[in-house]
Amino acid sequence: MLRLILSRLLAAIPVMGVVAIFVFLLLRLSPGDPAAILAGDTATPEIIAAIRADLGLDRPIPEQFVTWIGQLAHGDLGKSVLSKQPVTMMIGQRVEPTMSLALTTLIFAILVAVPMGIVAAWKHGSWFDRGIMALSVAGFSIPVFVLGYIMVYVFSMKLDLFPAQGFASIREGLPAFLERIALPTVTLSFIYIALFARITRTAMLEVLNEDYIRTAHAKGLKEHVVLVRHALRNAAIPIVSVIGIGFALLIGGVVITETVFNIPGIGRLVVDAVLGRDYPIIQGVILVFSGVYVLINLAIDIAYVVLDPRIRY
Amino acid sequence: MRSRRFQMFVSAIGLSIGLGLLAGAAADAVAQDKKTLRFIPHAGLRVTDPILTTAFMSRNHGYMIYDTLFSVDDKMQVKPQMVEKHEVSGDKLTYTFTLRDGLKFHDGAPVTSTDVIASLARWGKNDTMGQKLFTYTKEWKEVDAKTFQLVLKEPYGLVLDSLGKPSSNVPFIMPKRMADTPASQNVPEEIGSGPFRFVKAEFQPGVKVVYEKNPDYKPRSEPASYTAGGKVAKVDRVEWLTIADPQTAMNALLKGEVDIWEQPAFDLLPELKKNKDIDIRNLQPLGMNYMLRMNWLQPPLDNVKVRQAILHAIQQEDYLAAQVGDPEYYKVCGAIFGCASPLATDAGAVGTKKADVAKAKKMLAESGYKGEKIVIMAPTDLNSINQLPLVSAPLLRAIGMNIEVQSMDWQTLVGRRAKMDPIDQGGWHIFHTAWGTADMMNPIANAGTKGLGRQGGFFGWTEDPVIEKLRDDYAREPDAAKQKAIAEAVQKRVYEMVHYIPLGEYFQPSAIRKNVVGNLPSPAYVLWNIEKK
Repeated sequence: MLRLILSRLLAAIPVMGVVAIFVFLLLRLSPGDPAAILAGDTATPEIIAAIRADLGLDRPIPEQFVTWIGQLAHGDLGKSVLSKQPVTMMIGQRVEPTMSLALTTLIFAILVAVPMGIVAAWKHGSWFDRGIMALSVAGFSIPVFVLGYIMVYVFSMKLDLFPAQGFASIREGLPAFLERIALPTVTLSFIYIALFARITRTAMLEVLNEDYIRTAHAKGLKEHVVLVRHALRNAAIPIVSVIGIGFALLIGGVVITETVFNIPGIGRLVVDAVLGRDYPIIQGVILVFSGVYVLINLAIDIAYVVLDPRIRY
Repeated sequence: MRSRRFQMFVSAIGLSIGLGLLAGAAADAVAQDKKTLRFIPHAGLRVTDPILTTAFMSRNHGYMIYDTLFSVDDKMQVKPQMVEKHEVSGDKLTYTFTLRDGLKFHDGAPVTSTDVIASLARWGKNDTMGQKLFTYTKEWKEVDAKTFQLVLKEPYGLVLDSLGKPSSNVPFIMPKRMADTPASQNVPEEIGSGPFRFVKAEFQPGVKVVYEKNPDYKPRSEPASYTAGGKVAKVDRVEWLTIADPQTAMNALLKGEVDIWEQPAFDLLPELKKNKDIDIRNLQPLGMNYMLRMNWLQPPLDNVKVRQAILHAIQQEDYLAAQVGDPEYYKVCGAIFGCASPLATDAGAVGTKKADVAKAKKMLAESGYKGEKIVIMAPTDLNSINQLPLVSAPLLRAIGMNIEVQSMDWQTLVGRRAKMDPIDQGGWHIFHTAWGTADMMNPIANAGTKGLGRQGGFFGWTEDPVIEKLRDDYAREPDAAKQKAIAEAVQKRVYEMVHYIPLGEYFQPSAIRKNVVGNLPSPAYVLWNIEKK
């Protein structure tokens, strides 16, 4: 296991190196000028040129790249072009809302979807199964921003049960945290419930036709024991894979939900940085998240080993 | 039995105390809420240095924490703010200023002449009016801690107008150690002497800015008017909360989660007006102005006859109806210094009523235009101006021009408009933008009238020695009536040479909860004088 972890972490270094080069070049070759954005609408070309020189953007691209890599080697992601705040600090400010939303969404989706998938497989062909499948289709079909606006309209504006927007840190208390995170969580989890329920149902259907399940029934085991201990455990590998991929997608793909519910997360940070051509932020976030994706994949691989001792790396 | 009654009695007492505490806590929360003003600004604050950038967000932030030597009132008269008194020598070459007593920065240090001179020197490097003032300046002299002098090379008619200019870049006063920062770099601190203090620990760029009342601030005794008069902070805390999505911003306002929405989308105003708790107030009586800017370096727009043909092909009403929609919030206006400016005039104006397509076609034919492609840059993500290029394109095609609209995000446009390159190397012909009237109220402030070409003009690089001479004449002229005559000549020249094409004026109202009172109309958005009932 330790060898697996070490080898994966070592393999991540060239991956992140390629990501760093790619992101750096992509940004430098795309249109837009951070100095012009910083100076404002009525700034003269001379002022813009002075700011560009001050930011080092007038230097050759290889020289800029070496400077950036040198900073990275010291664990420094640089400073925002616009706000001059350290990128590490800005990412730190935005990680909590995004991770909170991703985790609550993941937990809620698993808690709802996995039992739904199990029951759908168990009652294969029944009205419940068909209902779950219909719900899955709806979950995939409804755009998240449409669902978000509907949720806000019904539960916030009409029923006055939740705030319309914003995020409260868990440090402000669990009730405040849950009150703010509930609607975005339910909104965002809809599509993941659909995905996880379908995968669980499919994986369970395959396993439920295996001989050892028939044997378990013949031994007189209770239905829930057969379903959970024998069937689900053996169907877990594809489910865990999809949940892992889902988590990675969640972290990078919550920007619409963050916008609709005004959650100051990583998604908004990146979008704003792209619109403002704030190179250090874009580079920093992409680099950090490529590392996070490596870790998520590693966690999935470790989960495989735990769930199925036959798997060896 | 007794025991049971006693238990009930104790329970009742306990319940009463509990409810009392809850009620007390609720009352405290309400009182606290009345002392905190929550404001949705038009964008997120990222650059905290209002001298480095001309962005309105940074300007408005500047007004929260910094103070100015002079300000303007609602008659656009320059009034002293940090200055107690000032004198002008008989030869009009020496201005002597004395600061008010008790002015202190947020770090407790007194505001001194040294700080003022350093602040103005930095401002003079970036600001259009500041640059002009400094070309006439011989020196700034510190007389004592509270007194300083401006010595001019020759009389200059806009000294006080420059020091009291209300919009970007505003000559805010900061400590010398901050003002010594090069003008091309962000200042490292946010220390001013204004009515609010910046709470750095709670600052999240682009998300949230928090200010608290500056207990040491001594407002002037005069009533507040525009940016002049007593800046009285009536709430203890102001939170700027950026909400990017207009629908979400509206929901937050309707639910009372915020108190003021600076710039609601025009299409949401009817919905907001229906709500009994919301007021729609126009706090920017000077308005904003749309403009079409051409690139004089780029053929065929280097030919004045082509530019004049374009000028005659447009009519403002088309742009205003498409971009704003509701005539309550727009006005056809041919005055290049804004219709609310004391210099407002219709002299030389074209396009304010109806386009003259026949004349435009004839002029285009006479110009020698041979169907060259004209590139219009169209920002798709900036809701405040994104319709303008889509109006220009058919109007110019109607007179026979070969128009290509290139869609891009605003920041790509901002980067690309700085390019002087030919079209096939990323150059451009036309872009549209909007400026606040406060930023263009005279020939010196209005960067669109600059005629320096590549040597310091606004994008489009209009080169026109005639207009430069007029601008200098205006700057030197101390007599207001004569200044107005020169400004009229500048306007005629702008239309004659087509420096830019004004596309009309609009007014961006704010949506405010009715329990919020005291909002001041002003060229910049200011949050003093406001209280929550």
